[in-house]
Amino acid sequence: MSAATIDRTAREAVASACADVHGAGESDHVDGITPGLVALPEDTAQVAEVMRAAAAHGLTVVPRGRGTKMSWAMPPDSADVLLDVSRLDQVLDHQAGDLIVVCQTGARLSDVQAVVGEAGQRLALEETVTGASIGGTLAANTSGARRVATGSARDLLIGITVVRADGVVAKAGGRVVKNVAGYDLGKLMIGSAGTLAVISEATFRLHPVPVTHRWVTAPVADPARAQDLVQSVLHAQAVPSAIEVEWVDGNGSVSVLLEGREEGVAGRTATVRSLLGDTSVETVDAPAGGVTYPWDLRASGDQRHTALKLTFALSGLASVLSSATEAGVSLRGSAGAGVAYAAIPPGTSADAVKIAVDRLRSACTTHGGSAVVVDAPASVKAEVDVWGPIRALDLMRRVKDQFDPDHRLAPGRFVGGI
Amino acid sequence: MTTAKETGQGLSAVADLARRLLPAEGVITDRARLRTYECDGLAHYRVTPALVVLPEDARQLAAVVKACADHQVPFVARGSGTGLSGGALPHAEGVLIVTSRMRAITAVRREDQRAVVEPGVINLDVTKAATPDGYYYAPDPSSQQICSIGGNVAENSGGAHCLKYGFTTTHVLGADFVTAQGETVPLGSDAPDSPGYDLLGAVVGSEGTLGIVTSATVRLVRLPEEVRTILVGFESTDQAGAATSAIIAAGVVPAAIEMMDALAIEAAEAAVRCNYPDGAGAVLVIELDGASIEVEQEYADVERLCNENGAFEQRLATDPADRALIWKGRKSAFAAVGRISPDYIVQDGVIPRTALPEVLRAIADLSSSSGVRVANVFHAGDGNLHPLVLFDDSEEGAGDAAEKVSGAILDLCIQHGGSITGEHGVGMDKSKYMPRMYNDEDLDTMQLVRCAFDPDNISNPGKVFPTPRLCGEVPGRHKGTHPLQEAGLAEVF
Repeated sequence: MSAATIDRTAREAVASACADVHGAGESDHVDGITPGLVALPEDTAQVAEVMRAAAAHGLTVVPRGRGTKMSWAMPPDSADVLLDVSRLDQVLDHQAGDLIVVCQTGARLSDVQAVVGEAGQRLALEETVTGASIGGTLAANTSGARRVATGSARDLLIGITVVRADGVVAKAGGRVVKNVAGYDLGKLMIGSAGTLAVISEATFRLHPVPVTHRWVTAPVADPARAQDLVQSVLHAQAVPSAIEVEWVDGNGSVSVLLEGREEGVAGRTATVRSLLGDTSVETVDAPAGGVTYPWDLRASGDQRHTALKLTFALSGLASVLSSATEAGVSLRGSAGAGVAYAAIPPGTSADAVKIAVDRLRSACTTHGGSAVVVDAPASVKAEVDVWGPIRALDLMRRVKDQFDPDHRLAPGRFVGGI
Repeated sequence: MTTAKETGQGLSAVADLARRLLPAEGVITDRARLRTYECDGLAHYRVTPALVVLPEDARQLAAVVKACADHQVPFVARGSGTGLSGGALPHAEGVLIVTSRMRAITAVRREDQRAVVEPGVINLDVTKAATPDGYYYAPDPSSQQICSIGGNVAENSGGAHCLKYGFTTTHVLGADFVTAQGETVPLGSDAPDSPGYDLLGAVVGSEGTLGIVTSATVRLVRLPEEVRTILVGFESTDQAGAATSAIIAAGVVPAAIEMMDALAIEAAEAAVRCNYPDGAGAVLVIELDGASIEVEQEYADVERLCNENGAFEQRLATDPADRALIWKGRKSAFAAVGRISPDYIVQDGVIPRTALPEVLRAIADLSSSSGVRVANVFHAGDGNLHPLVLFDDSEEGAGDAAEKVSGAILDLCIQHGGSITGEHGVGMDKSKYMPRMYNDEDLDTMQLVRCAFDPDNISNPGKVFPTPRLCGEVPGRHKGTHPLQEAGLAEVF
């Protein structure tokens, strides 16, 4: 549906829900789809008003945080209203003594880190895409290298406020880390790509920022060696914060991040260096290439890489690396967590991408994991099964149908056409 | 609505199927034997189930659930029955599905840091199976010697060490799951971040209301290089609370910080002679683990911070026997209270850690104004309180008075932005308190999950939620015409 087909009453209803409602500009496109309207509510109540107006008029809604990952997942079937939560940008409460922070989901992750950082604390979610919002980080379930030690969003989110497709505001969890009262709705929302509800507030547990850190990096020339090194670090008692792998053209490196107190890090760095061998080097900065995604985040349209998230049981690393070599793709990621990212260059034909994805997917699924195309040019998304096999899809559909019976929220964006 | 006659016929059909599939001893219909299952660890709720089945494998279990679904017979899953919220309380007209015969540890895979276990497996047995490889299973409820993984998954169990390592939900990566309709579906996997909704995240901690887990893939954690357990005596809980805050503020993340007050210490001494410091108004049990060098440094910090906050005695466990004795005092505390009071209620509220001194004073006030004694045992590091409300049921009105104090403590927790349960679950016991923590919209939204998984409301019905609406029923406040519809601006589709 394009802007022209939203009738005047519907448009007025959305406009009356919040002060700033305007037509879509170039930067408001959602992976090639032009929204009919852009609504910028200022608080949770206004988000609810927008949702109620959309529900009353049968409009579809695509939520947006800071818009850094709008081309991820599948393009929506329809986007009558782009619901932009970037004005919900407040860090509402930081209780340093309790190691928690409450924030609105339009807040940038970096802004939240700045606030909690003043107390020597951090939210253990890394900013994998510059400028990302809290809401987008949750909806896309992005995670960084440190997940080996502190887990991912599901291990950090302790409370959530959402606005349902029918405009009802609901919360789950709370402000304390330990809490088993009621269903953990937060976990359902993480990684749901905006298809279940609009997340408006989130509460997280925090961790103290370590005094110091070191990276130890060693070159590796074959997959089995990479796996051996990773396994040796996993089974040592060096308490790594990250175990990364980098793999390009059948060659790469294994890097280990150690964080803590000065003497402790020095001692554990020595342990890890002895495990990684004489060729290992010790640095303060992350290894060359960094720990970011191996694709170009600034590219758009057909200039995008085909970006993949791969997951696998830890013992599957060697076979995943081999499959990357065979598929001719570069790979980088958290070998110590069983997560890696791969990139297929732009300009690769959809057929060739399909062959590469199949090869990677086969290696990952053999080891209990998955290969998901996170982002890709439209021509690739149209030809390639971006999700791969989804277990329990029927049950997922039933959850979607309960939360959003009219399929108003981000329709078509998620697994199985949800 | 199902009539009594239909219920009886449904139960007979389920029993017939169970007899065909299971060995004779796995199907219990005899009244006297049924009664041995009438309660879980919260013994003052008792309901005799209509039928008990003890399946030996996932296939049998799924078939029993399918039969329940076909005949609309409610069912309740039960592991070891150690739960403290009545979550496994049977249904009088339903089937109790006991997983205690499903005790296989299917795999221990060091290379993947995973174990695969059946739901009846005892928590501590997972650690025992992994220890030869240098690993353990981190969630450690006090009942870990007898509680089952299935029960832990249902309740999202915690334990002393979840301060550092997280709860059951962090450690369960995959499951075979039987829905309330009897379908078996795999949730999660060996690898993290399965594509699609995190259904497993919703199932863990859902207290058996969404279905039954028949196999769990759990994370194994590397044993730390060094563990130090310290017992610290303080004159007051205020001092112990201040020391706890100081330790956390210093950036130390201990594996555990546990507190007991004078009455709890007295009980533990009477029961297990744990030899805690004489005359202590409070003790802290602090455990540090990790790489040796760091543990050494953290220990120095902790020792200093405890002294600065008034510690009069500090003891470092020097060998495993010492450590075990320190923990024995703490882990036996609930049962030990039986030595100083004929009856007691174990409470399980949570508060922000910084509110600890204030809440403890308020509990003391509640206790003195009501004349009801309260012993305090808790996970101080994460603000999870286990006040033990003591009473003698043979005294008239004592039980009611204790119940009142217990409820007032929960209100204190809610007032301070906490929770009515940190690890024991809502179950039967606390469903009435849910509306104090969540409003109708919150509870309604949680109910959407229930309706997706169990539209017929047969999986552990009556637990967790006070009076759930029926699936498909539109919540009350949406009744009548929508204003926009009234104004002719919209139609209801």
